[in-house]
Formats: sequence, structure tokens, C-alpha cells
Amino acid sequence: MAIRAEHELHRRRLSRNVGLGVVLVGFVAVIFGLTVAKVSNNGAVEGFDHVVRPSLLEAGE
Amino acid sequence: MSDATHIPQARDGEAEFGDYIALLKPRVMSLVVFTAMVGLLVAPTPVHPMAGFAAILFIAVGAGGSGALNMWWDADIDAVMRRTKSRPVPAGRVTPDQALAFGLTLSGFAIVMLALATPVFAAGLLAFPLFFYAEIYTMWLKRWTPQNIVIGGAAGAFPPMIGWAAATGGVSLESVLMFALIFMWTPPHFWALALFMRSDYDDAGVPMLTVTHGRRITRTHILAYTLLLVPVALALAFTPVGGPVYAVVALAMNALFVKGAYDIWRRDEPMSETDNFRVEKAFFRFSLLYLFAHFGALLIDALLRLAGVM
Repeated sequence: MAIRAEHELHRRRLSRNVGLGVVLVGFVAVIFGLTVAKVSNNGAVEGFDHVVRPSLLEAGE
Repeated sequence: MSDATHIPQARDGEAEFGDYIALLKPRVMSLVVFTAMVGLLVAPTPVHPMAGFAAILFIAVGAGGSGALNMWWDADIDAVMRRTKSRPVPAGRVTPDQALAFGLTLSGFAIVMLALATPVFAAGLLAFPLFFYAEIYTMWLKRWTPQNIVIGGAAGAFPPMIGWAAATGGVSLESVLMFALIFMWTPPHFWALALFMRSDYDDAGVPMLTVTHGRRITRTHILAYTLLLVPVALALAFTPVGGPVYAVVALAMNALFVKGAYDIWRRDEPMSETDNFRVEKAFFRFSLLYLFAHFGALLIDALLRLAGVM
């Protein structure tokens, strides 16, 4: 009997691989969205290196 | 014959993606997702939609992880019971080791991710029921005491509390009452199932109340727990998360639930066998509606408040 290129096993493997791929892409999207949400929720982002941080200044300074 | 055709069907860890989804117990997860979402949305602190979505997602993943651990440990019981023998582990599509690794990974992952997405307190609150369900309930209570359902129900009652904590970072009377609502609802819900699935639990040697104390006692317990559930359900109406919609729904649902429990209590075995447990089955189905209706009503009241109607 000839070797069949497509065995039922391959279908199951494909289903796992595609499923995992979709989950990973979804995870990346969630982390990206969460990052955007966290950054935008906390107001303006300040650079701390060798610059004045306005939020640390006393009022009127 | 080629080598490929010798490979046995799914006895070798070559599961489909859907088998891993089945390990997560998606039907239980739907209840977890819904109640956690309501807990999060009715909380007084607004949450960024993305953070809220991530919180519910990771609570669901955690619940799925503990479901997989439950299936790993209970594969011997599941193989005997009609209701569960086609689950991936007893059916041989996923090996026990794979289910264990899958469950542990997802549980740990969910706790870490929830800690990153929301206040750390919420992640701690998620860690507790995951441990409680997988260790205390699955490995110990389920096979040891007929009160397994009562105490084990605590794990399933946590999601709205975690959702609330994800928004507020704490616990309050409202979230404790939402917890208590599911906690008190679980025993009548499962004992009604046990009444018409008796042979399953008998065969598996699980000490359900029906097996250890008899069916008369179980019927009495269903009525008693239903009566204890009523004040808990109604009390939520008088908290800030309650409202007119919840009050009306709770009154109607609890009246019907008590009526159902009373009907079960009044019946005996010959009566139930005559109509193939019609009342018990109807009570079980109604119990699902009961819980969804209560949390749905909380959500509607929250939306009405948001819209400025109340």
C-alpha cells in the first residue's frame, strides 16, 4: 500500500498548530492592548534621564 | 501498509486543538466569565475596557486551568460516569501528564497575567480558588465527604469577587454577597443533578449525598439550602449594586425556585421514576436560569445607573 501523504494524524497536528498560532497572535494583541491602556490611563509619560520632571516641581516653581 | 497507517487513533498524545479546549470545561467557563464580568462591571470604580477584558480573559484561563487539573486527577471517576467518559483524558485523546502540564501552566500563567493587568489583590484572590478547586475539592473533598458540593462550591463562587477586586482592588459587602449567592446556589443545583444521575455517582464511588445519606435526605437538603439561599439573594437588592430590576427578578426567581425545591421535597422515588425525574430535571435547568437571571439583573441595573435612568 502506498504511503498516503495525508493521514488523519496530520489533520490533528494541523488543528493543534493552527489553534496555537491563533492563541499566540491573540495573546500578542491582548498584551499590546493592555500596554496601550496602562500607558494612556496613567497620563503623560515622562522621560526621566537628565530632564526636569514637571510632576516633582512645587507649585509656582 | 505504510507506517503512518499503524499509528493508533489518538493514543499517542496527538490530540486535536479542540481536545485541549474541552479540558478547559468551556461550559463551566461560561458561568465564570459571565459572573466575573458582572462583578467587574457593577463595581463603583470604572475600569479601562481593555484592562477589564484582559481581567475576565485571565480569570477564565485560570478557571480553565483548574478544570484541566480536575480532569487529570478525576480521569478514573470520569471513565466510569456516563456523563463524563468521553472527556479527553478518559477517552485517551490526551494523556494524563499532558493534562497536568496544561492545567498547571495555565493556572500559573493566569495568576501572573492577572497580577500584571489588574491590582495584585485580584490575582491573589484568583490563586486561592484555583488552589482550592484543584487541591482541596478535587483531590480531597470530592472523594471523602458528602458535603463535597457545599464546600467545593466556594471555588465556583469566587469569580464575581475577583471581577470586583480587579476593578476596586478590594472586597466589600456587595462582592461578598455575590459570592454567597453562588455559594448557596451550588448545593441545590448539584443535588438535583445527583437525584437523576444517581447510578453514575454510585458506579464511580463518589460520596454524593444521594449515595451516603439517601435520596429522602437529599430532597430535604435541597429545600433547606434553597430556603437559606433566598435571604442572600434578596439582600443584594438592598446594597448599592441592587436596583428595581434586580429586586423584581430576585423576588420572582426565588419564589419559583422555592416552589421547585418544595415540589422535589414532596415527591418520593416511585413518583420521580414514574415521570423519569421530570420535576428534578426541570429544577436543575431552572437553577441555571436562576443564576444567570440574578447576575443579568445586576448588570441591567448597573447600565440603567450609567445611563442616568436611576
